[in-house]
Amino acid sequence: MAMWWKSVWWKSMIIAAPVILAIMLSPSAVAQDAPIPDRMMRLSAGAQQTVGTPRVVSLGGSVTEIIYALGAERQLVGVDQSSLYPLQAQQLPSVGYYRRLPVEGVASLRPTLVIASEHAGPSGVMEKLASLGVPTLKVSDQPTVESLHQRIRSVAAAVSRENQAEVLIQQFDDALSRARELPASGLRAMTVVMRGGKWLGAGHGTVADVVLREAGLNNVMSDQASYQPLTPESLSVMAPEVIIVTSGTVQAMGGLRAVKASPVLRATPAVQQGRVMVLDDLLAQGFGLRLPEAVRDIRQELAHVAKP
Amino acid sequence: MSPSHSKAWRFPDRRMEWSGLTWLSACLLIAVVWASISGAYDIRVLDIASWILGAPMDVVSANVMLNIRLPRVVLGVVAGAALGVSGAVMQSLFRNPLAEPGLVGLSAGASLGAVMAIVMTGGGAFLIGGFAFIGALGATLLAYYLGRSSHNSAGLLLAGIAINVVVGSAMGLMIIQANDAQLRDLTFWNMGSLAASDWSLLLWLAPWTVMLGCLLVTQWRELNALLLGEREAFHLGFHLRRLRWRLIVLVALIVAPVVAVTGGIGFVGLVVPHLVRLWRGADHRWVLPSSAIAGALALTLADWLGRTIMAPTELPIGLVTSLIGGPFFIWLLLRGKRSSLS
Repeated sequence: MAMWWKSVWWKSMIIAAPVILAIMLSPSAVAQDAPIPDRMMRLSAGAQQTVGTPRVVSLGGSVTEIIYALGAERQLVGVDQSSLYPLQAQQLPSVGYYRRLPVEGVASLRPTLVIASEHAGPSGVMEKLASLGVPTLKVSDQPTVESLHQRIRSVAAAVSRENQAEVLIQQFDDALSRARELPASGLRAMTVVMRGGKWLGAGHGTVADVVLREAGLNNVMSDQASYQPLTPESLSVMAPEVIIVTSGTVQAMGGLRAVKASPVLRATPAVQQGRVMVLDDLLAQGFGLRLPEAVRDIRQELAHVAKP
Repeated sequence: MSPSHSKAWRFPDRRMEWSGLTWLSACLLIAVVWASISGAYDIRVLDIASWILGAPMDVVSANVMLNIRLPRVVLGVVAGAALGVSGAVMQSLFRNPLAEPGLVGLSAGASLGAVMAIVMTGGGAFLIGGFAFIGALGATLLAYYLGRSSHNSAGLLLAGIAINVVVGSAMGLMIIQANDAQLRDLTFWNMGSLAASDWSLLLWLAPWTVMLGCLLVTQWRELNALLLGEREAFHLGFHLRRLRWRLIVLVALIVAPVVAVTGGIGFVGLVVPHLVRLWRGADHRWVLPSSAIAGALALTLADWLGRTIMAPTELPIGLVTSLIGGPFFIWLLLRGKRSSLS
């Protein structure tokens, strides 16, 4: 019996030795060799020059949306979980949430270009991708019009749609200025989301805050930073006259009726007076092309109470 | 003398269990090779084989292999070994089958230390490691002294819950200052991940873990004596107070940097030593090294599952280990009366 075990031990060592040796030697095999790179360089150049059809992976809903608007969606081979709009984008392979990207997962889609929002993470992930030899592009993603312009231009350049970029920017600017001309109500408002069973309200520094301001509303949470938890008591003090709730939250709660019935929100003037509106999730998270649409909708909805 | 006769006269526990270790090592080796050659990024096995023998491979594949997949597999082995062996030591030291870095609050303490280092000082691997160690040590000592007063599992579990609550609220205080993005990052961090691995990290983490692991394995006599009871161990001539301190510090030293790097990976330290004991008995000469190897095996497989099952997306590894470990934990509680340790 003992002899047999000894022989198994030795056999497994004999199997193990070449593997261990190979693993130990392989880094040097790639790092040093001068003669080998011939074929290696040819292949890498091929990967970077995008000889065939371009394969683009888009990370961030605000980027994906632009690629579709530019009509470059046929180059897309993968998106992230936040790419909810347009609906077709959800059919593409998803690499998961864009703040927690799997390097190998992104690389496995064999992209010739990865376009990512500047918020993509975890930190260092884009550098890691670039070091693999995957061409990457980080684009500006702040809640300002300038950042959006910049984003449209860099994405357009990357997918060779420069001409469409200026058209798109013009369309956006026109739509936004038209929406801004609609009467503003100046009501006290608040954007709420449900996360982990708790109601959170959007304070300053969030996209939702910008949307409220553009829509001519007065964010009652604007003195607090980012998303903060809400209680019935804090809401009775802030007394919002308009409540905007994200579409994802409405879906998760099983309808607008359930939102209005929730103990935290139900006593607010907004619910009492029936001024609860639904905002698309992507609009609440990223400052995108459909901002004018949201601004126009909110302003029109509240036009009857607007002060001229 | 026939083999069966000689076997009858041998104390099975008095000899090193080489056969078990051989099996485990062979399985680990196969798992490591398997985890290295399969993943979301499709590389043909033949290509890898010829690449190892010197043939060229395209740059992206080679880089994925060398700089993404291999460091990750190695970190899985290192972290799994650390969690496995420290779980085995804690279960014997606390004389409690439920002791585990996660349950008694050690991992939470280390996480708090790491987060505090990030928030207050801006980070740096050295500082994060140091803070994580202090947090881990504090939490373990607290669990030990709180849990010692009662002689069954309940005391330790309650202590662990208390520590996890205190640490959780301290983390909550930090989280309130974090913005929305950091908040979501933290949620994911709590689920654990091996993705942060790279060679520069492993260069110190691997030797560190191996060194401390070897030190822990040399403590098998003391731990075997502790199995008899604290008083018995004392009468056998072991200096209990010093022994306790030594073991707690060693465990905190080996687990803290791993938790700081990987986030919370639960249940490996709990489940693995139990399986190992069920298989070949409770002699620590066997339990300690085999827990390390089996822990490495478990984490390598869990990470491989997490990487590939939903490719190109990844499941957090902590989610995989708790999905498998949770039901095991329930089973453990159900058979608790018959457990050899409680």
